[in-house]
Amino acid sequence: MAKKINTNSESYLKMYSQMVKIRSFEDQANQLYLDAKMPGLTHMYSGEEAVAVGICEALTVKDKITSTHRGHGHCVAKGAELKQMFCELLGKEEGYCRGKGGSMHIADQSNGNLGANAIVGGSMGIATGSALRAKLNGDSDVTVCFFGDGATAQGLLYEVMNMAALWNLPVIYACENNGYSEYTATDEIAAGDILDRARAFGIEAHKVDGQDVLAVNKLATDLVARARKGEGPFFIELITYRYHGHHVGDINRTYYRSKEEEEDWKKNKDPIKILGDWLVSEKIASDDELQIIRDNIAAEAHVAVQYALEASYPNSNEVDMHVYMETT
Amino acid sequence: MRSITLSQAVNEAIAEEMRLDSSVFLIGEDVAEAGTPFKITSGLVEEFGTERVIDTPISEPGFMGLAVGAAMTGSRPIVDIMFGDFLFLIMDQLCNQAAKAHYMSGGKLNVPLVVRTNLGATRRSAAQHSQSLHALVSHIPGLKVAMPSSAYEAKGLLKTAIRDDNPVVIFEDKLMYQDKADVPEDEYLIPFGEAAVLQEGNQVTLIGTSSMRQVCEEAALILADEKISVEIIDPRTLVPLDEKTILNSAKKTGRVVVVDEGHQNFGVTAEIASRISEKAFYHLDAPVIRMGAMDVPVPFSPVLEDLTVPTAEKVASNARKIIAGELVHEL
Ligand SMILES: Cc1ncc(C[n+]2csc(CCOP(=O)(O)OP(=O)(O)O)c2C)c(N)n1
Ligand SMILES: [Mg+2]
Repeated sequence: MAKKINTNSESYLKMYSQMVKIRSFEDQANQLYLDAKMPGLTHMYSGEEAVAVGICEALTVKDKITSTHRGHGHCVAKGAELKQMFCELLGKEEGYCRGKGGSMHIADQSNGNLGANAIVGGSMGIATGSALRAKLNGDSDVTVCFFGDGATAQGLLYEVMNMAALWNLPVIYACENNGYSEYTATDEIAAGDILDRARAFGIEAHKVDGQDVLAVNKLATDLVARARKGEGPFFIELITYRYHGHHVGDINRTYYRSKEEEEDWKKNKDPIKILGDWLVSEKIASDDELQIIRDNIAAEAHVAVQYALEASYPNSNEVDMHVYMETT
Repeated sequence: MRSITLSQAVNEAIAEEMRLDSSVFLIGEDVAEAGTPFKITSGLVEEFGTERVIDTPISEPGFMGLAVGAAMTGSRPIVDIMFGDFLFLIMDQLCNQAAKAHYMSGGKLNVPLVVRTNLGATRRSAAQHSQSLHALVSHIPGLKVAMPSSAYEAKGLLKTAIRDDNPVVIFEDKLMYQDKADVPEDEYLIPFGEAAVLQEGNQVTLIGTSSMRQVCEEAALILADEKISVEIIDPRTLVPLDEKTILNSAKKTGRVVVVDEGHQNFGVTAEIASRISEKAFYHLDAPVIRMGAMDVPVPFSPVLEDLTVPTAEKVASNARKIIAGELVHEL
């Protein structure tokens, strides 16, 4: 055990930093909303950090992901920089999508993020198609399709899982089950066991504690390696929780979710705290060292926000640019 | 008269029709306890119960299909499609099934359902939550299409839609949900195919659908300062379209600007402009001007998004140009 910890301590600390980075990004984004400095609305990933980080730390830059309306976490975890992310959030020219996408389409494409999708379930075909390309070309990359529990109601999922299973595609369906789709509890809108739906197609399916980044990472590392060898597809259900409302404007929400339930998750199942406690108990880092990591990242996020607030908007002639690609 | 919001008007229309006709039910995502993200259907589940105010999973093609089947066999479903953009998910059930059942069955089947959805950009919601897709469904024979431009129209048109024996798609303007208008307490219906002449004038006709009615009214105020006499028409329904009122106005003023928030290419403005050109050509003093949304996906960045929709200033400027006999080259 001790030996394993030593060789991996760097990667554990990286996971810790990445989760803190997501949390810091979301804290700043929420503040931008409260200060009326952000156009439109946004869906916070806070509370679900271990899902994106545990999975993306099992991927290489060449591996692909597809993201959702709650996509900031996936974007950070796949390697994006906070500056360009805040610029996107504020509709600035230096944003990853030149301000054209905003929160719901934020993605760092150069790191293999094929886009955040504002259509629930909209990326399931894209992820599976990316895996089909990998197989056809003999490429070794794997694609992870992130989606919520609510998205399992979209029929598209079952069409593409059938094909992925028939053709052994290197795709991993990662269902982030945070217990709710919008203002409705999952058990009111999902019949049966979600894992059984994948199993009906002969897809190997796992359930994992989405607040335990090490458990998520261990499972993902194993499945990614197997998918590369042609043993895919796979399905993972990650049990997690969103700390904020469905979106930043969803403030009065006791009619569908109790304050006690929220407090319980924040206090007892926080992914950053869980990993932090473990790092300390295993003597990989001290409390003080973790505090320094958190402070440094918070400072970095603050600088990035200030930068984005000052950054310039796109030039008006960009409005009809990128409708079609120039074919040369 | 009392003044209520568009959102309240829609709520009242649904409640009244559900009280009158037990075959009417409401189905969609978070329509019950949550009352939709726009809080439009709040209170309905308390009155009518979860059997008639039905929360669904996020399965638009599925619950749209259910509505078609229920409508074919005696129910009158109102289907809530949370954002107009999600119409693309239900296209098969709406256009291949609902729209054609009556015709394909030689008149033996019919599908009395309403799809309630919305349109409108400038909410900073980017390309998949901002589209105005009414032209798409207007293209399909068998569907009727209503475009309320205020709380008053929203209530009267929705009640008519629910009573219609055909599939109707009704588009509300998201930005108008909290806007108030005078709405009678007594029951009223607004018949389909009857445009409203909102202001009479004789130099130029502005035709504005839904969200663009307000834009035309603001443009008329600008032009009034310049002593230009403007007629304003709100078609209220696209299918059926009140051609008579539109043509009469075109013949009277000889100049028309058609304004609509759908994309301009192959859009509603093209349809209306071409009907005027065909049927009132010899009365026209200028080409009919089309003003739709720019032919680009709706961008997120506010500075770009604001460029994509027609504004009162641009409408007024185009009206001015055709009155002055200048061709409008750039819109
Ligand atoms: C096709 C479609 N239907 C409805 C919506 C509105 N909507 C946005 S997020 C959401 C809930 C999604 O729930 P889930 O998949 O569990 O993801 P979570 O928000 O919990 O992360 C809904 C209904 C949408 N964006 N797209
Ligand atoms: Mg969910």
